[in-house]
Amino acid sequence: MPDLPQSAQALFRIWRGDSNGGAFQDYKTPIDSGMVVLDAVHRIQAEQAPDLAVRWNCKAGKCGSCSAEINGMPRLMCMTRLSELNLDMPVLIEPMHAFPSIRDLVTDVSWNFRVKKTIKRFQPRLPDEPDGTWRMQQVDVDRVQEFRKCIECFLCQDVCHVLREHHKHEEFIGPRFLVYAAALEMHPLDTVDRVPDLKKKHNIGYCNITTCCRQVCPESITITENAIIPLKERVVDAFFDPLKKFFHIL
Amino acid sequence: MAEYQTYPYDVLVIGAGGAGLRAAIEAAASGVKVGVVCKSLLGKAHTVMAEGGVAAALANVDDRDNWRVHFSDTMRGGQYLNNWRMAELHAKEAPARVRELEAWGALFDRTQDGRILQRNFGGHRYPRLAHVGDRTGLEMIRTLQDHGIHTGMEVHMECTVLSLLIDDGRIAGAFGYDREKGHFIHWPAKAVVLATGGIGRAFKITSNSWEYTGDGHALAYQAGAELVDMEFVQFHPTGMVWPISVRGILVTEGVRGEGGVLRNSEGKRFMFDDIPDLYKAQTADSEEEGWRYTQGDKNARRPPELLTRDHVARCINREVKAGRGSPHGGVFLDIAWIKQHIPNSAEHIKRKLPSMYHQFKQLAEIDITKEPMEVGPTTHYMMGGVRVDGDTQMSTLPGLFAAGEVGAGLHGANRLGGNSLSDLIVFGKRAGEYAAIFAKQHPEPATDPNQIQASVDAALAPFTRGAEGENPYQIQYELQDKMQALVGIVRVESEMAEALEVIGRLRERADRAGVAGHRQYNNGWHTALDLGNMLTVSEAITRAALLRKESRGAQFRDDFPNKDPEWGKFNNVIRRGPDGEMIVEQMPIPPLPPELKAVIEEMK
Repeated sequence: MPDLPQSAQALFRIWRGDSNGGAFQDYKTPIDSGMVVLDAVHRIQAEQAPDLAVRWNCKAGKCGSCSAEINGMPRLMCMTRLSELNLDMPVLIEPMHAFPSIRDLVTDVSWNFRVKKTIKRFQPRLPDEPDGTWRMQQVDVDRVQEFRKCIECFLCQDVCHVLREHHKHEEFIGPRFLVYAAALEMHPLDTVDRVPDLKKKHNIGYCNITTCCRQVCPESITITENAIIPLKERVVDAFFDPLKKFFHIL
Repeated sequence: MAEYQTYPYDVLVIGAGGAGLRAAIEAAASGVKVGVVCKSLLGKAHTVMAEGGVAAALANVDDRDNWRVHFSDTMRGGQYLNNWRMAELHAKEAPARVRELEAWGALFDRTQDGRILQRNFGGHRYPRLAHVGDRTGLEMIRTLQDHGIHTGMEVHMECTVLSLLIDDGRIAGAFGYDREKGHFIHWPAKAVVLATGGIGRAFKITSNSWEYTGDGHALAYQAGAELVDMEFVQFHPTGMVWPISVRGILVTEGVRGEGGVLRNSEGKRFMFDDIPDLYKAQTADSEEEGWRYTQGDKNARRPPELLTRDHVARCINREVKAGRGSPHGGVFLDIAWIKQHIPNSAEHIKRKLPSMYHQFKQLAEIDITKEPMEVGPTTHYMMGGVRVDGDTQMSTLPGLFAAGEVGAGLHGANRLGGNSLSDLIVFGKRAGEYAAIFAKQHPEPATDPNQIQASVDAALAPFTRGAEGENPYQIQYELQDKMQALVGIVRVESEMAEALEVIGRLRERADRAGVAGHRQYNNGWHTALDLGNMLTVSEAITRAALLRKESRGAQFRDDFPNKDPEWGKFNNVIRRGPDGEMIVEQMPIPPLPPELKAVIEEMK
């Protein structure tokens, strides 16, 4: 990786404000090689704007707290290296658009936590063995482990047009919770049927698989192909059986 | 009188990592009203960072394993300063706690016959760590979170506790504020469980997130509870060293468990040069034997890279100081070399260590399947904490419980990898269980408005001083620099005495810290309020380390480089004196009961 000159600086255009509105403010700060966007935000906070609000935790792409929109793209600030951005232009940093603003880069994501509670919980089958344990093959576990990599950064929710454009938060659970439902439905031990809920309560039909969510997932979960489409197929199997319909008409 | 909201509970749990969630689940299951307060959003606590696995003697991979081996491994790792009752309970109960996670939906990696797979880790005699690739902590916290939200517990996200409230010598709840709005909140409670994690942010190079400011340690101390073993700070041998902005981020021990080796700039596997006597019999003689061990050969002994963390960290430190380090001041950790043994090794590495692969690829532009990593020690874990009863996890303050990293005793002078995640669920459960019993047996405590007012006044003082006050970030940076330099991996009396002076000066500056703006999500204000806790914890670490005139486990003193058998009979206890001064004194370790002594002898 090329080392940056000692005196390198970059301009960051950060949205400051709250639920009543706000504006972009420019901050120039020195940058070093290997720096990520969150480092720059921290430096600005420590040296120029102590009350700049930013949510972060692990700084290693594992907790999913520092979600924001960088040059218009939903991303984790801790995993976005300055070296992949064009620093001849100001770096634009905004909060996620699909959620209400609290302050500066921090949004109110509490809706997500309420939604999760509405999805029926995991219920395992009876244990396979007398000692109360189960037997599962790695290959069956692999499929669900992909979904369980989710760090709940909610970037997929942010980019989903059903939520972002159409504000269907009360009717539609969004890609994150379709992945969550898929993890439960495909869990080798689970016994609950969530398919009726997915159709009627969670409105999986609103998703028209534009794959925007999959493209922004920092964990590279194949949200649409591996989670949402198989769930849609289950819904179709349960509710739109053409033979059943045929007999119904007769 | 300041305005505040009130949410009363039977049991209040502070912290929502593995220990806090497990405690809350247990308390809620017994029918009491449970509140959980956490500094971050639910599911973001530091437990998500845990990588390698959860230690439990399930004996799925090696049927020679059982609780007695796990117990003696834990005691040996802790250099026998452990609370032996906790080490016993932990070894006995960890398997049931891990199986319970599976019943709640956790999906661990599997053995060929479909059981929970276990991997090798430093200091564990047999493959013992149940795991999910290298993201075991995420699996655990998500399982507890998704189970917990259906148990009736109420969660207060993004809230910070400022003080514990006391009524006539017992706990009466907590007082704090929500970070989003800056509103004050009063949580009256009959019992309180501290599950606040560690103290890593007191040091400059750390694997810990911003939350780890020692809140629980300081809150307990201020409320009059005792702390113990505070000199024992674990420096994990392998953190990232480059780029600077990611320095300290953890590189899991799992890399070495899967066959990764440490080399210096001369290409030498330096760990073979320094194997402590206590571990000679269990350590491989040759590189070839070490490799066989990592691949599951039951007749092979472990490679020296898998010695205890304190020892590996010091060896790396020594190589770097001797000028045999890597370009950015670490040493080389190489997993790519296994291509000599394993066909299609790149795929194998990506499957076994997916987050390590991505972490290095994305943050350092290094492909670990092709080239070595650069690693060095990073402040990782606090063995010391609130002194608790081994069975109930109650502190010396009635009604105040502690579990997980903020509680002390299980790990003694040094923690084994994997014993932290098991600590969370074993003692989280116990703390929740006994806190609920305590709450059922005691009446509502009374609230003292003066305690609340004092908390409010202290919290608002930085606004009164405003932007002209000291910059809280700069005070924090200076503390981190000095603790790293003066009370780090290698300690000496003169430097620690200097550290105490620095801490005193920084405390005066912290008392003058000021912030501008308002209380809504104001990170500057939050930092100003964290400073007091970090300073208290730093002072406790330094004073305990000064008193212990020997080297043992995580504490290495250049002026007392040897282990002193006399010191093996004591823990250091810290409490607040009548005039607010910090008192540190030796406390004799109760003798091991004969049956546990026999277990240790048997396993030697």
